[in-house]
Amino acid sequence: MTAIGWLQAIIFFLVVLALTKPLGLYMTRVFSGERTWFSPVLVPVERFIYRLSGVNPDEEMPWYGYAFCVLAFSLVSLVYLYVLLRTQKWLPLNPQHFDNMTPDLAWNTAVSFMTNTNWQFYSGESTMSYLSQMAGLAWHNFVSAAAGIAVALAVIRGVIRTSGKTLGNFWVDLTRASLYILLPASIAVGLFLVSQGVPQNFAAYQTIHTLEGTAQTITGGPIGSQEIIKELGTNGGGFVNANSASPNENPSPLTNFIEMLLILVIGAALTYVYGRMAKNTKQGWALFSAMSILFFVGFTVVYAAEAAGNPLVHQLGVAGANLEGKETRFGAAASALFATVTTDTSCGAVNAAHDSFMALGGLVPIVNMQLGEIVFGGVGSGLYGMIIFVVLTVFIAGLMVGRTPELLGKKIERREVQFAILAALVTPILVLVPTAVAAVTPAGLATLNNAGPHGFSEILYAFTSTNANNGSAFAGLSPNLFYNIATGLNMLFGRFLIIVPALALAGTLAGKKAVAEGAGTFTTYSPVFVALLIGVIVIVGALTFLPADALGPVVEHLLVNQGKTF
Amino acid sequence: MLSQRRLERRPKARSLWDRTIVTRAVGDSFKKLDPRWMMRNPVMFIVEVGAVVTTFFFLRDVISHGGSAGFDFAISAWLWFTVLFANFAEAVAEGRGKAQADFLRRTKSDTMARRVSANAIETVPSSDLRKGDIVEVSANEVIPGDGDVVSGAAMVDESAITGESAPVVREAGGDRSSVTGGTRVLSDTIRISITANPGETFLDRMIGLVEGAARQKTPNEIALSILLSGLTIIFLIAVATLLPYSIYAGTRQTLPVLIALLVCLIPTTIGGLLSAIGIAGMDRVMQRNVLAMSGRAVEAAGDVDTLLLDKTGTITLGNRQATEVIPAAGVDGGEAMHVAYLSSLPDETPEGRSIVLLADASGQVDGKLPEGSQFVPFSAYTRMSGVDLPDGTKVRKGAPDAVLAWVREAGGTPSTDLSAQVERIARAGGTPLLLAKNQTVVGVIYLKDILKPNMRDRFDRLRAMGIRTVMITGDNPLTAAAIAGEAGVDDFLAEATPEAKMALIKREQNSGRLVAMTGDGTNDAPALAQADVGVAMNSGTQAAKEAANMVDLDSDPTKLIEIVEIGKQLLMTRGSLTTFSIANDVAKYFAILPAMFTVAYPAMSALNIMRLSTPQSAILSAVIFNALIIIALIPLALRGVKYVPKGANAVLRENVLIYGLGGIVVPFIGIKLIDLLLAALHLT
Repeated sequence: MTAIGWLQAIIFFLVVLALTKPLGLYMTRVFSGERTWFSPVLVPVERFIYRLSGVNPDEEMPWYGYAFCVLAFSLVSLVYLYVLLRTQKWLPLNPQHFDNMTPDLAWNTAVSFMTNTNWQFYSGESTMSYLSQMAGLAWHNFVSAAAGIAVALAVIRGVIRTSGKTLGNFWVDLTRASLYILLPASIAVGLFLVSQGVPQNFAAYQTIHTLEGTAQTITGGPIGSQEIIKELGTNGGGFVNANSASPNENPSPLTNFIEMLLILVIGAALTYVYGRMAKNTKQGWALFSAMSILFFVGFTVVYAAEAAGNPLVHQLGVAGANLEGKETRFGAAASALFATVTTDTSCGAVNAAHDSFMALGGLVPIVNMQLGEIVFGGVGSGLYGMIIFVVLTVFIAGLMVGRTPELLGKKIERREVQFAILAALVTPILVLVPTAVAAVTPAGLATLNNAGPHGFSEILYAFTSTNANNGSAFAGLSPNLFYNIATGLNMLFGRFLIIVPALALAGTLAGKKAVAEGAGTFTTYSPVFVALLIGVIVIVGALTFLPADALGPVVEHLLVNQGKTF
Repeated sequence: MLSQRRLERRPKARSLWDRTIVTRAVGDSFKKLDPRWMMRNPVMFIVEVGAVVTTFFFLRDVISHGGSAGFDFAISAWLWFTVLFANFAEAVAEGRGKAQADFLRRTKSDTMARRVSANAIETVPSSDLRKGDIVEVSANEVIPGDGDVVSGAAMVDESAITGESAPVVREAGGDRSSVTGGTRVLSDTIRISITANPGETFLDRMIGLVEGAARQKTPNEIALSILLSGLTIIFLIAVATLLPYSIYAGTRQTLPVLIALLVCLIPTTIGGLLSAIGIAGMDRVMQRNVLAMSGRAVEAAGDVDTLLLDKTGTITLGNRQATEVIPAAGVDGGEAMHVAYLSSLPDETPEGRSIVLLADASGQVDGKLPEGSQFVPFSAYTRMSGVDLPDGTKVRKGAPDAVLAWVREAGGTPSTDLSAQVERIARAGGTPLLLAKNQTVVGVIYLKDILKPNMRDRFDRLRAMGIRTVMITGDNPLTAAAIAGEAGVDDFLAEATPEAKMALIKREQNSGRLVAMTGDGTNDAPALAQADVGVAMNSGTQAAKEAANMVDLDSDPTKLIEIVEIGKQLLMTRGSLTTFSIANDVAKYFAILPAMFTVAYPAMSALNIMRLSTPQSAILSAVIFNALIIIALIPLALRGVKYVPKGANAVLRENVLIYGLGGIVVPFIGIKLIDLLLAALHLT
């Protein structure tokens, strides 16, 4: 590890920290319907959208109404993308004349983008028309992110409201998240990315002759407009297969820094929104602190593993960090940081091949995702995932002060525990069971490129990533019918089987009487609470996966040190 | 023949490790193996299923002379122990209650009753009595059922119910009218209106409660059970999927090994002790001679934010004492004392008697009331009492404004020179009683409230726990403020009426606080019902007892503070053991995982950080630790964790350190020690 490497991480973190409050404040105003800078321009647009769609913005929804809207909206957009991918051959903006996608791949891709996963079993530059990229994928990048933010807002409202049983209006939250937050940032930063060299055109790919005398195809297309929302919405689906490792998506260290920032910033700001809406910003900073600690622990492990390099390579007389599968312009530190950031959140954009990381370097992204991506997390999903852990922590540890547990003064009782544990069950079931099926069935093993623990890691990573709606891949695993369908279902369940209990949890908390805070009540913003929260996340969230992780990355790490590879 | 046998006194305390209790508990732990019973506790049910399966594997090994019979036997035996230990914990917790219930059942045996009807008295068995019947009970007879005294007064021995040997007075009217079936009248004859049908009496309810037959899981217990079941499902999946993973890794694991891992991971420690903790909490309340009508009430006591405490009997000793008689200007000190003496001679109230004592001690008075004197008792309307002497002299003592009004009515013009004294006494927390003789005010009596010892200290402790204390008193605000200040309560409600008390409870509740109170009178009933925790005095009326969710058999209002502490302790014990149980998993993973996979991946032994001797010993040590920790924690579960009243954050820090961090460290040490022992004994 080098001082420069650490400096990058620390400066990066400080910038996130600096942006959390102002952005959080702005988002609080947006979702409370207060006036903001953009109001003069956007309020008429917003009103027009409501008039056009017949939405009554003042109508509030109970949790099941909210959940129904989320599900209905997602179903419609899923069908829309599926149809688009299956008919792109006959639609405009297809200069490369790509064929329609196969049904199972189209299903996998449609689910992938609708669920904010952006798992890519396809190669963008060789299968997708520009129309599919823009009107299909980029559109989902916006609305799936906005839907996530909307759900987070609904959950926050449920936690804080002491009267009424409603959680807000999904259509209003969706519209405001897109209009006031995602769109302005995308336009501004998107143009900046283009200024740094990211292509933005409708031209066909160019074939050039290099100095070496060979022919090379340079992909083009509307990349800039999709790149920005790919990070900001923690989507992660690259325009091209190489994702942010490609110079077309991520031309310079500066864009690399900006892209990482975009991935984390909304998730970080949402902690402030939570504290602000709870009328006690310490509540938000407590979550931020827990997230920051997990962030640095994760980064340290990856960076240490990558910087230490591969002992087998060292034996060949090549000293230094592990640079296999990394862009040398980013190096070990920026690649480690990107890998941490992208799996702390549900982004899944990559600027290096996680498959080529050292075993421990690859373990951290897996663990990050297995925790449910609650370290700042996917836009919205990180916060509601964290709140589920907060409820569990409050319940387990809150009893220790000699009172029945309370969160923001509200009693955590049977129903709250029921929904929280229901949500907590989803990740272990959806990661471990399909991995088990794949590990012992011919269909699961057929397209596995590596054997032994590394092969196991690849399967585990695939189901962990799709369940967590991350979308980054360990590579080494090629698509087939089994994986297309299984990972598709996994993405679908991984998203909605958490959203529904999270909303139900919020629904039971909404309108609950809050008990006054006093010397006898458990504070959910003390350092002890932050430590407990991390403890519960690690013991309840991560230990479940220890056997599986032990058989994958952990044992691989031990074996590589003994000189064995796979 | 009316029952005249002597009643035994109900034994209050019995050691937890009483021989009979333990013997019975051992038997009960086997009876509780019945799967229908075990189903109530999903965590332990899984362990039982695991024990059955491993036993089956052991038998199969024996028949087929399989190689791992010894290992499978050890695992299955320790799994059975795990279940039995958990059942034993529950059985011991129930033991004391069962012993109490046996005693109470003997008390309940049928007696005969004299039922009074319009024209006759007939003798019927007590089981024939119905609500509304009137019965007559004389000295040395057992009261045949719960009821209210409708006429007469009697000394009643209630030791069969309360365990207290001192007899109590029960009389018609007022707040001491209720009697309990099974208690014995010592003197006089009373008539009682029966208020409960057979099978619904206080004694029946009490038997049900102490025995735990009517025990239902409390809301918090249900929520915790859901959490534990959820965790069990998660670990079930983690372990079940290990089978295919191990097949992929080429080192297929046997079912007994997987079951051993599963049992170690699921929260058996808290799962096995959960119901024992709840029963023991109820039992601790019972040991304090308080009958909680539900476990829910004890749980709610832990959440209380505001305690409403009656001044009299809780904060101060029941009776005020006269300490001084101050003569008015121009009145001789002896004269004032004499008037005080005369007005109080026939007054049987504690205050009246204390005045007589003070006067006697002063040596300034003597003699008795002349024949034909008329006593004028205190009434809420006149707010004074006194004596009309045969010579036409009238002496009165009472509330200053009432006495002044009386003097004016008699045509006198009372001097106001005593008003400063009255003010001074009230300000100091005392009660001024103005003395008047015919048309003149002759002096003022200083009645002093005597604070119970150590109350300030208790209120300080409550404050540290975050509980506000509010003193309820009928005194005027000035007096109330002084006593409140002296006792150290946070707030007070002066000139309290039942309505004001009710309004205060509702106000506190609306601002998000849970309220506890004690009461005994019928007019307390609505407030007792409204409060989150209402403790009725056993000496109180039937209405109060019915409205409350706890009854204090000792009728000691200070008990409320202890009840709150028990409630908190109960919740803390639950939380601490849950944390401990979950934290234990870290060590168990490190014991069992390397043991499972070092054969396939020798490099895995790096994870064997405890350096356990063999894979078999590692697994067995973890299982043994897991079983023994239940036994080791039974005393803690039954006694409750150490409880020191202080702020929530301090308590949390301490418990996280002991049970959270301790929960991570202890099993590492325990498993290592068991492994060393197994290796030393060549058992693996």
